[in-house]
Amino acid sequence: MKMKSLIDRIGWPRLIIGLFFLLLIIVSPIMGLSLTDVFSDVLRRWSMFGILVLAMVPGVQSGIGLNFGVSLGIVAGLIGGTTAIEMNFRRSGTYQPWADLGLSLLIAIPIAIVLGYVYGLLLNRVKGSEMTVSTYVGFSAIALSNIVWLALPFKSGTLVWPIAGEGMRNTISLEESFGGIMSNPDVTARQPFPLNLLAFKVGGVVVPIGTILFVLFICLLMWLFLRSKWGVAMSAAGENELFTKSNAINVDHMRILGTVISTVLGAVGIIMYAQVFGFLQLYNAPLMMGFACVAAILIGGASTRRATISNVIIGTLLFQGILTTSLPVIKQLMPQGSTLSEVIRIIISNGIILYALSKSRGGNQVEG
Amino acid sequence: MKANNEMNQSTVSHEDPVILQQETFLQKLWSWLFENKVMLLFLLICVGGVAVSGNSASFVIENVAIRFGRNAFTVMSLLIPVLAGLGLNFSIVIGAIAAQIGLFFAVDWGFNSIMGMLIAFLIATPLAMLFGFGVGRLFNKMKGSEMIAGLILGYFADGLYQLFFLYILGGILPVKTESLIIPGGIGIKNTIDLTGNMKYALDEVKLVDIVLIFFVIIAVVSVFRIIAKLKKKEKSVMKDLIILLLAAAVYALTYVPAVEKMLMTSKLSLLNVFLIIAVVGIVYVIWKIVSNKLHPDPKFKALRYIMIIVAIVLLYALTYIPELEKILMNSKVPALPLALIAGLSLFNAAFLSTRIGQNMRTVGQSRVIANASGINVDRVRVLAMIISTVLASWGQLIYLQNLGTFATYGAHLQVGQFAIAALLIGGASVSKATNKQAITGVILFHTLFIVAPEAGKVLFNNAMLGEYFRVFVSYGVIALALAMHAWQRKKKPSLELPA
Repeated sequence: MKMKSLIDRIGWPRLIIGLFFLLLIIVSPIMGLSLTDVFSDVLRRWSMFGILVLAMVPGVQSGIGLNFGVSLGIVAGLIGGTTAIEMNFRRSGTYQPWADLGLSLLIAIPIAIVLGYVYGLLLNRVKGSEMTVSTYVGFSAIALSNIVWLALPFKSGTLVWPIAGEGMRNTISLEESFGGIMSNPDVTARQPFPLNLLAFKVGGVVVPIGTILFVLFICLLMWLFLRSKWGVAMSAAGENELFTKSNAINVDHMRILGTVISTVLGAVGIIMYAQVFGFLQLYNAPLMMGFACVAAILIGGASTRRATISNVIIGTLLFQGILTTSLPVIKQLMPQGSTLSEVIRIIISNGIILYALSKSRGGNQVEG
Repeated sequence: MKANNEMNQSTVSHEDPVILQQETFLQKLWSWLFENKVMLLFLLICVGGVAVSGNSASFVIENVAIRFGRNAFTVMSLLIPVLAGLGLNFSIVIGAIAAQIGLFFAVDWGFNSIMGMLIAFLIATPLAMLFGFGVGRLFNKMKGSEMIAGLILGYFADGLYQLFFLYILGGILPVKTESLIIPGGIGIKNTIDLTGNMKYALDEVKLVDIVLIFFVIIAVVSVFRIIAKLKKKEKSVMKDLIILLLAAAVYALTYVPAVEKMLMTSKLSLLNVFLIIAVVGIVYVIWKIVSNKLHPDPKFKALRYIMIIVAIVLLYALTYIPELEKILMNSKVPALPLALIAGLSLFNAAFLSTRIGQNMRTVGQSRVIANASGINVDRVRVLAMIISTVLASWGQLIYLQNLGTFATYGAHLQVGQFAIAALLIGGASVSKATNKQAITGVILFHTLFIVAPEAGKVLFNNAMLGEYFRVFVSYGVIALALAMHAWQRKKKPSLELPA
């Protein structure tokens, strides 16, 4: 009886995936893989995706559901990143990682606020079909940004194709910009005193402590926000529209607030992602990123109507953990199975979204 | 095709007969423009694109004709779920997957041409039925979120498909043909070349054979009907006998050497297609007028039908312009796929007037009302999904045999995306889609497909830009249609409650 209630609380999918993750960690050293590498990878991936997954929380809480349209924020972040690099190139062209990072955020966040506001207005018009609409708004945003990448008149050598001299590259290296300044020990070692502690190695495990702290800091801000007057009003709007209205809270405004915060977090998230990864990925690379974020928070135990910070932290750990640990294990087991990890990712992430959709019933889910 | 247009018009007008009668010509024109705004916008973009790109008209028309034969069937497989209120069926990807499994085994077992297609068809159809059944059952658990669920389900199915083709085939299940396996590994290669076995297997079926198939089908159906009617002692077997005799007479015509020679081809030029459409249209209109003489209908407007005849004749006369005639002579559509497309559009139209079709429409309009009037809503929805999935699998077979290369891991990915975009460009919405919209949509969407890269090159000196624009259009039009649908529904809340 007690066992059953415990399982119910954790939820079957989370339990199975959690056990699978544990199994992979136990199997790795037996198969001759170094455990330190495994932990390094898990930490790295967790810090990469943390904020992007966190971007789901305000969306779900404010009632717009799983925000597949986080791609809008991602595009804003990418515009910020590329513009910052171009401005550095036009200014001096020297190595100024912190200025680049700050400038990226400074450019990206206002764009994300504007996009998020407009997007929120749209989502208020399509109540009940937010997820379908947001998925395709996300796709359209990426497709439109493809045109933007080709058309922006940037000149920096790291951004544009070397021969053509115009049109941005698919992947832009951040080696000469803010790549790894909060996550890569090799990069941080070149920084002055307090900054060189932002990433270090402990017994072979790379700890990107700067990024981890940053993610946790943003999580803390979100946690505080959700407990503030505005945050409570926003969650109430997502939970029960009529009740909220009767308490003289403007539901539409709260939904817009949630959408804007989600979009801004998407923009900050992709910049952090690029910082850890070391590359900005343009064109169709972020097309399915919204799906990965949605899957992660659902694995963490969120539903389409409720999401918490702990869902984000646990979900990102489990989802990214499985993906990073399964890859080397599979490679050892069957050398030909190089893409099996990718196949597993597709099945798990879409399977968990389907599962969550089939569980979700209620006013907000009703479409024609 | 004419028949469908008539049907659509009548279905549109009976919704609001009072308002329609009061409208002046200008208001009518305005509402027509408003109803077809999406289609007209894309018509403008296409015309502009063709003009800018500098592609010759013959190039564009030839390619659109090829792509029409290749894609129209799949787009039409979307219509029945819309009727049943399931919205745009993003999960036709699963039908395509069924087709590809069938086609793979047909290639693996070494079957060729039409025999191979038959084997692929025999494997794909039951598989698609099974998949459609499963999808329908799943959708019944997520009423109201079918579209997002269908989209995710497509991705999920793609994962399972990759698992099957990359690891199970060749790994666990044996594969007969060694050359299909990735060298030095397990799993199936990225592309399977269909040249020499299945390429053009359906496209190259000769007209004579199509007439024969047609005759056999009619003969079997009429014989069954006659036997059934004789058993029940009904007297009206005359009609069936006449149809049987007519079919036999038409088939006998193919033995006339001149006709036979004409029918030995497998491709119809667009000129012939237009001729057929014109003849069928005129015959239909004359039949309408004659049947009105027999059973007079007070609302009948003879003038309208005469106008239609005049219009058809005038349009057909246009094809005598030498330049146009030349282009139309050179643009060819394979006959069997065209016949299948025509057959499907007739099926979609005829389906509406059957009992199950009427039930489906009721379910689509309101599940509560359907339930109250004794319709098993869940069963009707599952049936709609089965039909759509099976049709999509056939559509994918037509597509692949025409393309000639089977991209094992890519051919199915964009099926739902492109088919839905095409349907929406034709002016369809989430809750209403017709044959006419599907056909216009395919033509416009693929015109855009063909001219976009060239137009991008001319306008912006960058072919990729046109390419990206095209992709943006296909996503954007879906986003727009979904948003407009949700918006309109919110403005006019229906009485329907979630069933």
